[in-house]
Amino acid sequence: MNRPKVQKYVKPKHIDDYPVGPQFTAGFLAETNAGWRTFRPIIDKNLCINCLRCYIVCPDGVIFKSENKVDVDYDYCKGCGVCAHECPVNAIKMVKEELL
Amino acid sequence: MNNTDIKRITPKNITDKEFFYGHKACAGCGGSLAVRLALKVLGERTFAVLPAGCMSAVGFIYPQMAFVNNAIISTFPGAASMASGISVGARALGLKDYKTVVFAGDGGTADIGIQALSGAIDRNEDIIYVCYDNEAYMNTGIQKSGLTPYGTKTTTTPAGKNIHGAQTFKKNLFEIMAAHEIAYAATASVGYPQDYIDKINKAKHTKGTSFIHVYATCPTGWGIPTEIAIQIAKEAVDSGLFYLAEYQNRNFKLNKNPKSFFPVKDYLLKQSRFKHLTDNDIKIIEQQRDEKWEYMRKHWN
Ligand SMILES: Cc1ncc(C[n+]2csc(CCOP(=O)(O)OP(=O)(O)O)c2C)c(N)n1
Ligand code: SF4
Ligand SMILES: [Mg+2]
Repeated sequence: MNRPKVQKYVKPKHIDDYPVGPQFTAGFLAETNAGWRTFRPIIDKNLCINCLRCYIVCPDGVIFKSENKVDVDYDYCKGCGVCAHECPVNAIKMVKEELL
Repeated sequence: MNNTDIKRITPKNITDKEFFYGHKACAGCGGSLAVRLALKVLGERTFAVLPAGCMSAVGFIYPQMAFVNNAIISTFPGAASMASGISVGARALGLKDYKTVVFAGDGGTADIGIQALSGAIDRNEDIIYVCYDNEAYMNTGIQKSGLTPYGTKTTTTPAGKNIHGAQTFKKNLFEIMAAHEIAYAATASVGYPQDYIDKINKAKHTKGTSFIHVYATCPTGWGIPTEIAIQIAKEAVDSGLFYLAEYQNRNFKLNKNPKSFFPVKDYLLKQSRFKHLTDNDIKIIEQQRDEKWEYMRKHWN
C-alpha cells in the first residue's frame, strides 16, 4: 500500500484494547481531512503533461501517479491549491465544493 | 562520498510510498512538505524524532498516527539527544541499513535544542537533523524565535508606531553548525524541492552528523494565501533573503549565486507579517542582505 487509508476507530473498552505506546500503529488514520476543503482540484488529463510538479510540491502527498498522469486522493486533499498554482500548463482547476 | 557517486532521486524515480500522510497541518504548510519529501528520500527504515512543534502536533493526534515509519516525540530541547540514543541503540541491537532523522522547528533548533544538537555534532552521531524554518514558534501562536527575521510582526514583536516588529536579524544557524566542522551541512528551501531532495539524499549517504536548514512556508503565521506557499519560498531565495549553500570538508559552497535579485519589497509585502514595513525598514533589510552576500561571494566557493 502506497498511502494509508481511513480505518474504523473502535473506542477501547478494556485496558487491553489500548495501544502499548501513546499512539496507535504507524499509519493509523481514524478520520479523513476532506471536510477541510473549500475548493477541489480537478485535473484535466488532456492537458496534463505528466511533469509531476504537483506530485512533488503537494504538502499532503495526496497526488499520485496514475497511468502516466496524476490523480488525487480526495479523502486527504485539503484544497490548498498549491498544485493548481504550480502546474506549468494550468491543467488543474480549483472548483468550489458546493458547485460540484 | 562524492556527489556523483549517489544515484539521483527525481520525481520520476522517487518511491510512490508516502510516510507522512493524513496529518493535520494547515493547508499549504511548507513544514509538512519538508517532512514528507525527506521521508520519501530516506525510506521506511527511518526512525524520526520530533520535538514539540507543529510537525509533532499535527502528526500524533491520538488515535491518529500520521507517520508510516517509526516516529517518536522528544522533549523540546532533547531531539538531538534522543536521536543520538536511537541511532547508537539500534546499532547496539545489531540493526543494519537504517537512518535516524530529526524534524525540528526553528525555535526547537536555533534556540531551545541547540545545546543537544551541538553535543550530537561534537560526538559526530550518525544522524540527520532537519530544521524546518518557518521563522517563528508557530504551534503556540507565532512568537519570535532566533530565526525570525528583522521587521517580522509576531505576537511577541508587534508592529507598533515606534517599533516595527522584530528588531533582530536571523541567527547565523548554518554557519554555527558548520563551525563544528560537521560532516555535512546545507541550507534549502521548499521553493526548490529538487535541490532539497538532492541535499537530503547527500545527507543520507554521509557518515556522521548532517544538518539541513530548510526554509518552510507557514501560510497561517505569515499571512499569505495557501496556494502561493511554494512560490513564496522560492522568492525568499530569489530575493537573496535566504540562500542555498553547502558545507563539507571545511569548504563552503554557494549553490545559487544570482546576478540580480527578485525585488525584496515584492516578496515582503505579499505577507501580512511584513505589511507594516516602511521604505526605510526595507532599506535596512536590503542593506543587511547585501552585506551578507558580499561576505559569502568573497569567502565561499
Ligand atoms: C519545554 C517546553 N517549552 C515550551 C513548550 C511549548 N511549545 C510547544 S510547540 C512550541 C513552538 C515550537 O516552535 P518551533 O520549534 O519553531 O516549531 P513550529 O511550531 O514553528 O513548527 C512551543 C513553545 C513545550 N512543549 N515544551
Ligand atoms: S501553523 Fe504553520 S507550521 Fe504549523 S501546521 Fe500550520 S502552516 Fe504548518
Ligand atoms: Mg517555527
